[in-house]
Amino acid sequence: MLNTSLSKKRKIFEITLKLLMYISTGLTASLVLFLLLYVLVQGLPNVTWELLSTKPSYITERIGILPDILNTVYLVIAALLIVLPLGVGAAIYLTEYATDKKVVGMIEYAAETLSGIPSIIYGLVGMLLFSNSMGTCLLAGALTLVIMNLPTIMRTTQESLKTVPRSYREGAFGLGAGKWRVIRTVVLPGCVDGVITGCILSVGRILGESAALLFTAGFAHAVNGFIDGLASPGASLTVALYVYAKEQGEFGVAFAIAAILMLLTVLINFAASLVQKHFEKRRNV
Amino acid sequence: MKKNQMIEKIIHGIFLILGLITVGCVLVITVYLIISGLPAIFEIGFADFIFGKEWASTASKPLYGILPFILTSVYGTIGAIIIGVPIGFMTAVYLSKMASPKVKSSMQSAVSLLAGIPSVVYGLVGMLVLVPGIRKLFHVPDGASLLAAILVLAVMILPSIIKMSITALDAVPKEYEDASLALGATPIETYFKVSVPAAKSGIAAAVVLGVGRAIGEAMAVMMVAGNVPNMPDSLFQSVRFLTTAVSSEMAYSSGLQQKALFSIALVLFIFIMLINASLNFFLKRERD
Repeated sequence: MLNTSLSKKRKIFEITLKLLMYISTGLTASLVLFLLLYVLVQGLPNVTWELLSTKPSYITERIGILPDILNTVYLVIAALLIVLPLGVGAAIYLTEYATDKKVVGMIEYAAETLSGIPSIIYGLVGMLLFSNSMGTCLLAGALTLVIMNLPTIMRTTQESLKTVPRSYREGAFGLGAGKWRVIRTVVLPGCVDGVITGCILSVGRILGESAALLFTAGFAHAVNGFIDGLASPGASLTVALYVYAKEQGEFGVAFAIAAILMLLTVLINFAASLVQKHFEKRRNV
Repeated sequence: MKKNQMIEKIIHGIFLILGLITVGCVLVITVYLIISGLPAIFEIGFADFIFGKEWASTASKPLYGILPFILTSVYGTIGAIIIGVPIGFMTAVYLSKMASPKVKSSMQSAVSLLAGIPSVVYGLVGMLVLVPGIRKLFHVPDGASLLAAILVLAVMILPSIIKMSITALDAVPKEYEDASLALGATPIETYFKVSVPAAKSGIAAAVVLGVGRAIGEAMAVMMVAGNVPNMPDSLFQSVRFLTTAVSSEMAYSSGLQQKALFSIALVLFIFIMLINASLNFFLKRERD
């Protein structure tokens, strides 16, 4: 109706851009759908209980990914245990203690720089820093992951700390509490949602990480307990996928791992948005 | 009372140290890369290293020229940007301005999923879908090529570009658009001639973020690019990127060869630092 009064040039502009937008959005949507379905269809039939519950055996010539699953779990636990206190502590320093704007700017710039460094560089530095002194082992991999995830935990904690009202802290100070006591009783409980969000994001990042683990955590497929596991080399699920696909041509196993990783990614994204919604709702009440 | 003050001071100190850890990490990474990366550059010679056209690290008379890797990384990134940016940008404008809230939120979770997919999964799908596809479509002997890497990278940078552009476009004040509409511009004209220019710093930052992602990606390109240290003369050449050059020989290297790998990492790091600096520049402009 309005369009009829438009000149020809404007009409063409209008239609071309509209078309380009539809095509692009359709392309993006179908890409996601294709990747999801392709990986699940190729991978899920290969996910058997035997695959999940055994280790690779030369005698039966079967491949099992139990060690890789365990290694991934150990990596997640170890990295989170170390990165949480560091990241939360750094965030508390920035929001509660730091008064010098220059120091704050420097720390935030450093965190931004860290999140921009590609994982292959982390892998290399992790190798020089950790693996050369303690040998190639899961702990070296976990420590490398700690540096990588520090900015994430710091940022999410900082954001949730900003939502703790000033008046809570002032109230506590007014009642005679010291700074540390205020942090322990008022500030820390207020940043739980940030810490949880940060944990979920970090778990997702750790699950997907491969380049940083290649030279720090190694390739071995042995079933170990937690402590022994940390001290010995081991492949995570992603590294195992890479080795099976690129070096051994075991595409069935590679797709099985890819399908598992895909499902975990979906689950983590779902959890992250759920947690976010939950906390937003609570905050608005 | 004194004891309490002591405790407070100690705790303040602990938090200060925790706060400075990130700064320490950046310093350690920088120093380590420089210390381990410089010796080989001096030994090989700066010009021979950076502009040398041949990499033959295991030959009896080894050559360490990384120009092929640098050019491959640059071409690969440019290619990914040429394909990925228009698609991502158009998607972002549609989702930010035209899509219904339901479409917007479900597409946003789809994009987050795309961002969360591990790079080895991209590599695997690329290996088994793209590489044979390119071989059949263009009748080349091997599909593992620069083109395959460019396509994988283009998909991998999409989420960063879409997410960041949406944030920038959503932040454009409603009054700008209302004024344009009131003057008789159509909604589409308003989005592209008012909203997009108003969000240009944010969109530029999105592109720079995509560049950083593409140049730093290692595993996915390792699986699809063929990994032969050729000069990237054609799209169908099997090539090696800066990132994959570091990782593909690290496992068995020693001596000067290993030192040269560290130097490649240093070159990559310098690239990344430049990209980070320009990202910060655009983000700062966006905030002002």
